[in-house]
Amino acid sequence: MIKFKLNGQYVSVDVPEDTPLLWVLRDELKLTGTKFSCGIGECGACTVHVGGQSTRSCITPVSSVIEAEVVTIEGLDPQGQHPVQEAWRDIQVPQCGYCQSGQIMQAACLLKTYPDPTDEQIDGVMAGNLCRCMTYLRIRKAIKQAAAAAREETPSHG
Amino acid sequence: MGKLERIAMQQDRADGLKATRRSFLLTSAGSAFLFGFARKASASQIYPIADGAPESGAFEPTIWSSVSPDGQININIIRAEMGQHVGTALARIMADEMEADWSKVQITQVDTDPKWGLMVTGGSWSVWMTWDLFRQVGAAARTVLLEEGAKLLGVSPAQCIARKGQIIAGNKSISYGDIVQKAHPTRTFTPEEMAKLPLKPVSKQSLIGKDVKALDIPAKTTGQAIYGIDATLEGMVYARPKLPPTRYGSRVLSVDESDAKKVKGYERYIVIEDPSDTVPGWVVVIASSYPAAIRATDALKVTWAPGKTASVSEQDIIDYGRKQIADKNGGVYVFNDPGTDKAFSSASKVFEQTYTCASVMHYTMEPMNALARLHDGKWEVHCGNQWQSLFLPVIAKALSVPEKEVVMCSYLLGGGFGRRLNGDYAVAAALISKALSGKAVKLILTRSDDMQFDSFRSPSVQTLRAALNDQKAVTSWQHHASAGWPTKVMAPAFMEKGVDGKPYDQFAIAGADNWYDVGPMQVRALSNDLAEATFRPGWLRSVSAGWTSWAYEAFMDELAHDAGKDPLEFRLEHLRATGRNAGSAPNAVGGAERQANVLRRLAEKCGYGKTNLPADTALGIATTFGQERNMPTWTAGAVQVHVDRKTGVVTCQKIWLVLDAGTIVDPDGAAAQTEGGALWGLSMALFESTKIVNGNPQAHNLDNYTPIRIADAPEIDIEFIKSTEKPTGLGEPGVTAIGAAIANAVFNAVGVRLRHQPIRPADVLAGLQAKTAG
Repeated sequence: MIKFKLNGQYVSVDVPEDTPLLWVLRDELKLTGTKFSCGIGECGACTVHVGGQSTRSCITPVSSVIEAEVVTIEGLDPQGQHPVQEAWRDIQVPQCGYCQSGQIMQAACLLKTYPDPTDEQIDGVMAGNLCRCMTYLRIRKAIKQAAAAAREETPSHG
Repeated sequence: MGKLERIAMQQDRADGLKATRRSFLLTSAGSAFLFGFARKASASQIYPIADGAPESGAFEPTIWSSVSPDGQININIIRAEMGQHVGTALARIMADEMEADWSKVQITQVDTDPKWGLMVTGGSWSVWMTWDLFRQVGAAARTVLLEEGAKLLGVSPAQCIARKGQIIAGNKSISYGDIVQKAHPTRTFTPEEMAKLPLKPVSKQSLIGKDVKALDIPAKTTGQAIYGIDATLEGMVYARPKLPPTRYGSRVLSVDESDAKKVKGYERYIVIEDPSDTVPGWVVVIASSYPAAIRATDALKVTWAPGKTASVSEQDIIDYGRKQIADKNGGVYVFNDPGTDKAFSSASKVFEQTYTCASVMHYTMEPMNALARLHDGKWEVHCGNQWQSLFLPVIAKALSVPEKEVVMCSYLLGGGFGRRLNGDYAVAAALISKALSGKAVKLILTRSDDMQFDSFRSPSVQTLRAALNDQKAVTSWQHHASAGWPTKVMAPAFMEKGVDGKPYDQFAIAGADNWYDVGPMQVRALSNDLAEATFRPGWLRSVSAGWTSWAYEAFMDELAHDAGKDPLEFRLEHLRATGRNAGSAPNAVGGAERQANVLRRLAEKCGYGKTNLPADTALGIATTFGQERNMPTWTAGAVQVHVDRKTGVVTCQKIWLVLDAGTIVDPDGAAAQTEGGALWGLSMALFESTKIVNGNPQAHNLDNYTPIRIADAPEIDIEFIKSTEKPTGLGEPGVTAIGAAIANAVFNAVGVRLRHQPIRPADVLAGLQAKTAG
């Protein structure tokens, strides 16, 4: 059995150790918000947080997250009200939406590193997330809006 | 009659349906509701707002909508939701006419049923096709609710108005829900009666043209949205295909499963027998989990006798197209105006250029997949699909069962772009389930599988010729285009007839039938049968209008430069609303003048003619009419590019688009579609393409296929011309003007004319070198 913390709760799964985390999440644990797309870690649709870091779950063997803390789109905020999610709805970012769980998870991480990101920082971090509907302009805008909202929510304790 | 109506009628005939299916009954349905959520929540939870089907006692004016006693309004959507927020836009049309309270509107994406008529989502048609119907349906519901409401209020209908879910007479009012609860409307309308119902004047529209939050978006921000790949059924097994070396004609000689058996979870392999010949030569691996299916498929050894196209290359297909064009015989004439040959034989000069486009992949983020089983005597195929009416019969043929024994259950599409107009994956899933005696099986293609047998955009060759008089004025025009024809391969009954009576694929030539007044025109479409034998050509976002415009709009610039004229002025001179280009109601009122109008507005917006741009930086323009002559979305686009002379890299710094699509139903959705379209145009112009090698596309994943990423997306300025004309379409027009505008801008920046798409840095460098050498 492989045990890890998923969205705040311990879970155990009985799968081969080299099973990609993606399929464990989707098929064993029935959290289908994390998406399969390229399968080689180059599109970002499968992005989750492992230990707070954005991670491509399609190329992450489940054995590498034993005892680690994994957060998926379903667990990013209990009410789905993370500033990034709020901004995504406000700016109407998603089109087909298939890549957006990954975009949102990546953007949430980005804001931890860059609370007030520039276009270059956004482009640099988000370059690994492909959007085939090409919602890129709205992604950029929504990240800035989310950043502003997050800064308001949690003023610096500097 | 419009093309779509004709297609719908053909479909009806094919279905053996009588015209009565299209009659609309306005009647109280009692508790026997016909629709609502087609399946249990676990399989159909597309929108989180759903509380389930309309409650009993719902008023169902037509098959398209219902009003529940609690006032909830459900609107049935037969178009695939693949990012266009189509359900929201269509529901707004009906709700506006119905005077519904938008906060009480929910939409249902329905499963296949013959009662829906033609289920297809493509061609930027959805709003255009649904506009008249949904307004009439809304008006019918409003009429009945107003009559019944007036009775309940004890006043005459003339004293009442309908507003936001209520019937109001002076200071008295009653809600739609209460009307449904208290009265039981039974009035019926024939289609003729419904067509005569008065529609609201534009000035009274309260939802159309106003901003709205798309109904499908919230679930797409929380991981709750359910796509085809997310569908699950109790006890299902997983399948992955082992694809043959050629799309057609490969025969399985032997299978060795000894290594596959070593993979934990491997169950068996199946050599698919397909009476519909949709997936010939496929072998599939069945496993208890998808990772096991992936590995076991890699481990399975299959030997095939390959089909005839095992060594065909992209160049072979292009060369074949060139030969077709050079041959005066063959092909189908879309236009063949008298006087063309004479104009060319008496021309002072014939200006001719040839343009090519590379193969382009769909790369939908959600790879092809489908879940199938036999359940209660019906074959269920769960998947996202864009053309159920085309592929349900194919599935039935493959299974050798009557069509009524097949149902396709709808899901969100993780991208369509035309790929899911081809339902080959649904056919395969059904056949696998059949081989497993109807067991639930989920077929998923890995990315490399998905790309190998993508129904990609065919490479194309086009030659444009203009006859010029001694003043260099254009006196006649020829456009010859060769490409693989998707409609011929997948839906031959839907091909149009040329002026010579021969069938042709309108989706492999549309765009070339342009609105320029350039004297007598010949437009000839050539079916590249080498392409069609090698792969399954597909419809890809903006179909031929994405590449015919690349050729003729670059050609217009070249002609202008040759004549020493400004490309903008040159175009405007040839956009005259006369003769064939005068336009017609209801779809193309105003004709070429509306195209000229968007172009003039574009020139103002982008600062056309400005001289203060940095070195090697320039604007380029192009104008198109979106997708099709009979439903034009007048489009003008400009780009500003910079060309790096050292590296050959072309950077698109800004895009401007001005579009006239008639009435804009959902402004933000319209903008989103246009933004996405423009970036597809940019991606195909500069970033993405593949080539066919040994009968298959060389690209197999993102390590060798490179659609644009966020850093490549420039600022985009979009303007829609205010209009109350019938809406046309916006899913694709944004694509159409960009490619040529970029080619024209590159020429304006550094004087290099490139006629192959995409424009790669190496091509730019070669062009610069040739220019220096020249």
